[in-house]
Amino acid sequence: MAPLLEVKDLSVTFDTEDGRVQAVDKVSYTVESGKALGIVGESGSGKSVSSLTVMGLTRFFSNAIISGEVLFEGRDLLKASDDEIRNLRGNEISMIFQDPLSSLHPFYTIGDQLTEAIRAHRKVSRAQAMDRAVEMLGLVGIPEPRKRVAGYPHEFSGGMRQRVMIAMGLINDPKLLIADEPTTALDVTVQAQILDLLERLQRELDTAIVLITHDLGVVAEVADEIAVMYAGRVVERGQKDAIFAKPRHPYTWGLLRSIPRLDQARGDELVPIPGRPPSLINRPHGCAFHPRCPYVQPDHMRVVPPLEPLADDAAHLVACLLPEAQRTALWNELKAGGTPEEARARAGVTSAGPPVVAEGSQAG
Amino acid sequence: MLAFVIRRILWMIVLLIIISFVTFMIFSVLPSADPVLLRAGRNASPELVKSITKTLGLDKPWYVQYGKYMQNLVLHFDFGYSYQNNISVRAQIMDRMPATATLAFGAMIIWLLIGIPIGIFSAVRRGTWADKSAMGTALVFISAPVYWLGLVSLYLFSKDIGVWPIFDGAGTYPTSGNIFTNPVAVIQSLILPWLVLAASFAAIYARFLRGNLTEVLGEDYIRTARSKGLGERRVIYKHGVRSAITPIVTILGLDLGILLGGAILTETVFNIPGIGRLAFDSIQKSDLPTVQGTVLIGAFFIIFLNLVVDIVYAFLDPRVRY
Repeated sequence: MAPLLEVKDLSVTFDTEDGRVQAVDKVSYTVESGKALGIVGESGSGKSVSSLTVMGLTRFFSNAIISGEVLFEGRDLLKASDDEIRNLRGNEISMIFQDPLSSLHPFYTIGDQLTEAIRAHRKVSRAQAMDRAVEMLGLVGIPEPRKRVAGYPHEFSGGMRQRVMIAMGLINDPKLLIADEPTTALDVTVQAQILDLLERLQRELDTAIVLITHDLGVVAEVADEIAVMYAGRVVERGQKDAIFAKPRHPYTWGLLRSIPRLDQARGDELVPIPGRPPSLINRPHGCAFHPRCPYVQPDHMRVVPPLEPLADDAAHLVACLLPEAQRTALWNELKAGGTPEEARARAGVTSAGPPVVAEGSQAG
Repeated sequence: MLAFVIRRILWMIVLLIIISFVTFMIFSVLPSADPVLLRAGRNASPELVKSITKTLGLDKPWYVQYGKYMQNLVLHFDFGYSYQNNISVRAQIMDRMPATATLAFGAMIIWLLIGIPIGIFSAVRRGTWADKSAMGTALVFISAPVYWLGLVSLYLFSKDIGVWPIFDGAGTYPTSGNIFTNPVAVIQSLILPWLVLAASFAAIYARFLRGNLTEVLGEDYIRTARSKGLGERRVIYKHGVRSAITPIVTILGLDLGILLGGAILTETVFNIPGIGRLAFDSIQKSDLPTVQGTVLIGAFFIIFLNLVVDIVYAFLDPRVRY
């Protein structure tokens, strides 16, 4: 069976006054019906832009240049007319955003904004639409939904607002829900509730989810599959368990080592990834991660690593130029608690000089 | 809400008292033409001058004069009598108000009808040549002084001196009747003044709305509206313009308040018998009671419409509560 969503070699470039911003560079991923894909990366990694493009929302930027294919149920959405894709938006594919307060219109009631989403796609009366809105608000766990539909966004708490956004996203029974950093603007305790809600709704409604986040901890809860993005490219992709059990990209290691874990000793420090995300205008040559990679070799600065399947797991793809055996050895050392320097020494990886550029002094 | 309104009305009274006092002091303390001599005419005898001074109450100290004025104003809503011709200032203001109000409201309708569509159009099509030429033209009208624009329009279009005699010119406002009793004559005589007065406001509102709407269209809730699959027209009008137009209420209230106190330049250029013209004439004749009256009525409209704006805002923006 064809996947629900298949993104093939998607590239998105923005023409700006400062130059061309290559926000997304030949990104490919698939989402199966009813499954959840987590897209993980720092800000500026292209994770949001790729999803906005799936929704056809980058069409509203006159300076966006888009190429590749976005196949939704076999149909290329990049070739769809504005009207065709508008019919899909909020209906077959919907999206929720990071900041629920600024994402809801301050002047209209919740009921107004929910029924509008229904009536954009279905010929139903206002009363029927309102009943559906109340039903959805109840489903996402808003108490007294019949009363709350008359409320305005500013009268809700942050978590409740995000529940409203989720209700709005799911109100037309979409096949795919894209959640762009849905928990980032929320309190930690509320974050967990929202993730639980997403997971429950995904199960109950059989909706496929693309969950965009910078936090591997968030995808750990919800996702079936994970794609790690860096500087507009997918650098590692695979089943969630494979990514957590045997990550094979140094950037993924960095992400994993920077999340707090309860099973670690208190004394263990969180390890930040040194340096900062690269400029998307003057992208580093070769592997875009090389200025921040502790294991960089001279040729990594020239050769662009292809995204290739691992020898023992064809569903697990990695874009790294280090030999696979070395990466396995490095990860085992890191997992045992070693620093990158120790891991490099023990795994026999030579150092290409001081590879990690200090904060702020990065070229480009 | 009620407490807020009451508090604001009390403040309004305090402000008006302060304004009346300041106007009074400016007139009594600063040198100006002697109203008595202006009233007495040429070669007036000293006895006449003395008697006029006594009649006008100008022989009393300033605080007695001010006290008397305020007493009449507060107790009898009496603005005093013109130094010039003894007509009641209140009657004069009432007489002049219809022309000013007709000028102000008519111009407002025109500038809203022109400014708002252009502002929306420019914001939606920003960067295109149509947007650039609209905004360029707007800049010209903002920069053009209203008296200059008025004189040019008379020179080009008035029936008496115009190159293309299409509209009634200056001084054609009917001596009797108002917009309700004599609509044809009033409308005909006000077409040019309306357009001239509306021109700069339309330009300001168009640019203001363009800026607002451009900003609003970048808001997250616009992205949400689009991601719901709403048509672009609905996104722009129901979600964009609704937000962008709200601040316009604020400047509209202020502008209308100022104009209801008399559009001095426009009324003078077109010789319209309104409050502005009255103020202009009375300042020239050092006619303190009339000046005082026009200043107070102007201040009242500005303060009052400010209050109206704040109340209307509470209905427009559900986040605003008093």
